[in-house]
Amino acid sequence: MRTKLTLGGLALSLAVLSACRQDMHDQPKYVPLRPSDFFADGRSARPIAEGTVARGHLNDDKLFYTGKGADGRPSQEFPMPVTKALLLRGEQRYNIYCTPCHDRTGNGNGMIVRRGYRRPPTYHSDRLRQQPNGYLYDVITNGFGAMPDYAAQVQPADRWAIVAYIRALQLSQQASINDVPPEARNQLGGAK
Amino acid sequence: MSQIFRRSTNTFTRATIFGAVFMLGLTVWAIDRLSRSDYVTRATQAREQPVPFSHAHHVGGLGVDCQYCHTSVEISSYANIPPTKTCMNCHSQIWSTSPTLEPVRASYRTNQSIRWTKVNDLPDFVYFNHSIHVNKGVGCESCHGRVDRMPLTYQVNSLQMEWCLNCHRNPEKYVRPREFITTMGYQPAGDQEEIGRKLVAEYKIQNARTLTSCSTCHR
Ligand code: HEC
Ligand code: HEC
Ligand code: HEC
Ligand code: HEC
Ligand code: HEC
Ligand code: HEC
Repeated sequence: MRTKLTLGGLALSLAVLSACRQDMHDQPKYVPLRPSDFFADGRSARPIAEGTVARGHLNDDKLFYTGKGADGRPSQEFPMPVTKALLLRGEQRYNIYCTPCHDRTGNGNGMIVRRGYRRPPTYHSDRLRQQPNGYLYDVITNGFGAMPDYAAQVQPADRWAIVAYIRALQLSQQASINDVPPEARNQLGGAK
Repeated sequence: MSQIFRRSTNTFTRATIFGAVFMLGLTVWAIDRLSRSDYVTRATQAREQPVPFSHAHHVGGLGVDCQYCHTSVEISSYANIPPTKTCMNCHSQIWSTSPTLEPVRASYRTNQSIRWTKVNDLPDFVYFNHSIHVNKGVGCESCHGRVDRMPLTYQVNSLQMEWCLNCHRNPEKYVRPREFITTMGYQPAGDQEEIGRKLVAEYKIQNARTLTSCSTCHR
């Protein structure tokens, strides 16, 4: 009986001890988003002081970062070559960030709009077809009217990819069978 | 003088010896079970949150992609919890007077962070990285389960070393094509093992020896 008790007690205290050794589990260091009681606002990630330029982030490529040309107006030029890879990246990013409102075709009837958000204009109007690429870039960066900005969620290179994809969407709604290379036409499944 | 012990005591003694061994075994077994139980790993227990944010509503109902909110999951070790601004993208207009969302609006007004309760929490001595998993074709679902069905977020797997190793030994049972990373309810188009082996080769996933070496996760 004694042994039983001792063994049981030993096992129990081992179990209790192992459950208490938490000091290496919760080390006094900051991991992303861990709160801090040192700073008044409780954040361990500190805001960057005004005017700081991170190494390699001078961001002096005006076209790339603002979408504006040398004359300060939205530019029609792309800061990078428009490739298939860019379009595919754009499609993916567009589907993540823009479809909740603009929907997959760009008609502006996304899920959030159906739940009561202000309806955005369709991309397939003459006005938006004629806007320069830099204008679309600027809408993503700074928002427009009721549309929030996506600067924090979408990095500049991805914004350009989205712009390229919107151009492809606009083309797709205007396309005729003659825009499809003859060898690819039979993939369209009977569309005229 | 009469005997203190009766004859039957012999049996009793034998039973006690056996019983001690049995009890010891039982205790070890119980501790082992307990340490893997949901009670200890806190799996399947929904946490209280300052705002009752529902993935079932936003992902299951509205079809918003994980990356709309967890923006850095592809490029960083950390998946990122969205800042209040991300909620306000929609909630500036939707349910903009709902009392449930008052903490979100208060946070936006006062610039004070919302204090979400951490759900999946590895010990600090373990190194984990989202981007490597996501870029090599391990879907959110493989580790976090059907998030799109969670009214309140909970941890699905034990997150114990055994669980990590189980996949690191046989990644082909889990990997999927990269374009389905955030897909919930993914069904492989064919035999998972076969597709998995092909993907493991295509994505150049390292061998089990490297992936199970201690310094991979304890660095
Ligand atoms: C939360 C909903 C929502 C999301 C998400 C959203 N938009 Fe919009 N968008 C709007 C609304 C609403 C308008 C109309 C704004 C207005 O007229 O006040 C708009 C307008 C636009 C316009 C037209 C501007 C004009 O001149 O009329 C463009 C271009 C645009 N959005 C691009 C995008 C892109 C690119 C994305 C993805 C990065 C995106 N939007 C994501 C809601 C959204
Ligand atoms: C509308 C924004 C939004 C979307 C979309 C979203 N999440 Fe979340 N997610 C959050 C917020 C806010 C939290 C923190 C509150 C909580 O834990 O419920 C969170 C928490 C989590 C957590 C737990 C984090 C922790 O503390 O351990 C996981 C895992 C997660 N999300 C996975 C996903 C997956 C997978 C998807 C896509 C299927 C997804 N999320 C889509 C906003 C979002
Ligand atoms: C893409 C747009 C969008 C984003 C981003 C978004 N929500 Fe929502 N949210 C909605 C919609 C739409 C509803 C209404 C749900 C429905 O009708 O199915 C909703 C509903 C809710 C509700 C339920 C309200 C109630 O009273 O039941 C809560 C809570 C909520 N959201 C919190 C959040 C939080 C916190 C965030 C930021 C992490 C967030 N939402 C981000 C669109 C969004
Ligand atoms: C290999 C397994 C695995 C995969 C795949 C995975 N996660 Fe995680 N996730 C984890 C673990 C483990 C943690 C806890 C990390 C910690 O405590 O340091 C976590 C934590 C999180 C968190 C909390 C914040 C953080 O980074 O600690 C969010 C949000 C999250 N995951 C979202 C996602 C999304 C979205 C995806 C898919 C794109 C995803 N995860 C894929 C295992 C995984
Ligand atoms: C569902 C499968 C799966 C699970 C579960 C999983 N991993 Fe992985 N892990 C992978 C794959 C696949 C890779 C990619 C290996 C490569 O690139 O060769 C990887 C890579 C890693 C790497 C980077 C390896 C390197 O070479 O630097 C680390 C670190 C890691 N995992 C940690 C963890 C930890 C910690 C856990 C448990 C919390 C975990 N993993 C759970 C599948 C998984
Ligand atoms: C795939 C990632 C991975 C690899 C490889 C790995 N570990 Fe771990 N290890 C973990 C995780 C995750 C935990 C945390 C488990 C928990 O929270 O219960 C852990 C916990 C431990 C603990 C327990 C610490 C405690 O206080 O509970 C020890 C000891 C340990 N690991 C040793 C090792 C050794 C030795 C090796 C090499 C043979 C190794 N690990 C390889 C992921 C890994």
